[in-house]
Amino acid sequence: MSSVTTGRDARIPRNDDSDLVRAAQHGDQRAFAQLVEKYEARVYNLARKMMRDPQDAEDVLQETFLSVFRHLNDFQGDSSFSTWLYRIATNAALMKLRARKPPPLSLDEPFESDGDEMMPREIVDWGITPEEALLNDEVRAQMDAAVAALPESLRAVFVLRDIEGLSVQETADVLGISVPNVKTRLHRARLMLRESLSVYFKGRRTSDEGQRTKDENRSSVIRHRSEVSQ
Amino acid sequence: MKHEHNDLCAQLQAQLPDYLDGEARAEVCRAIEAHLAECEDCRIVVDTLKKTITLYRAAPRDAVPRDVHARLVRVLNLDDFTSSR
Repeated sequence: MSSVTTGRDARIPRNDDSDLVRAAQHGDQRAFAQLVEKYEARVYNLARKMMRDPQDAEDVLQETFLSVFRHLNDFQGDSSFSTWLYRIATNAALMKLRARKPPPLSLDEPFESDGDEMMPREIVDWGITPEEALLNDEVRAQMDAAVAALPESLRAVFVLRDIEGLSVQETADVLGISVPNVKTRLHRARLMLRESLSVYFKGRRTSDEGQRTKDENRSSVIRHRSEVSQ
Repeated sequence: MKHEHNDLCAQLQAQLPDYLDGEARAEVCRAIEAHLAECEDCRIVVDTLKKTITLYRAAPRDAVPRDVHARLVRVLNLDDFTSSR
């Protein structure tokens, strides 16, 4: 059995932005506009997954690019432009989330766990294929809700790695945490999402079966009626 | 259904992250797959875990709504420099 692979990694910008960045650093607004257009969907998607509220997501999008504009000359090219941009966007999202809540644990603190939490509870073999699921708005909404329900330190790791398609190392660089810490949080997030989707698919299966039983009962009643009337 | 796990299942849990990301050593993969062939609950967990990851990775990105894009361009004073949508 092999690892999970998809085409998502191909979406990570690998092409070199250095010419555009350099031009933008020298005040070329057209170059800056090109960078904005190239990356706004990525930043917006990250913000939508991190924030529950669409207005908050839009604020994060605007704050990110305003910050990029203000600090463009601080970017030295030590990391890729996209890593630097993701760092600004993730910080903007985390700051906004934290402004609304009592201070959470630091992102790099070990996650308290009694171990048993990591053990799966729902053992339901979903019959649905990814293709079917992704065509279904209800499933997509469920997937988004499950991500939104993750603790924010796990959500950030999951969104960067499995939704935005960054590597584990890039995710660690963006968040300023260690690679093992990314791996631990990622696994924990995936287990929580699996649990959440399993509960959903189990409920859906039960309601589908209920509907089928109801349909069968109704057709047997109709059959019975037609037999009586004959 | 509650997953009644034993030591082997717990060991599998510990190895899963690397296995799922294709980073586990060959002998670890073989041990995991041998366990999955025996343990139906673990097989289901691993299958649905893989499916979970695949679903999220395959989901298309949210498009930036036209009005959100327009407001971003305005905030950044880039109206004259972006392509019209």
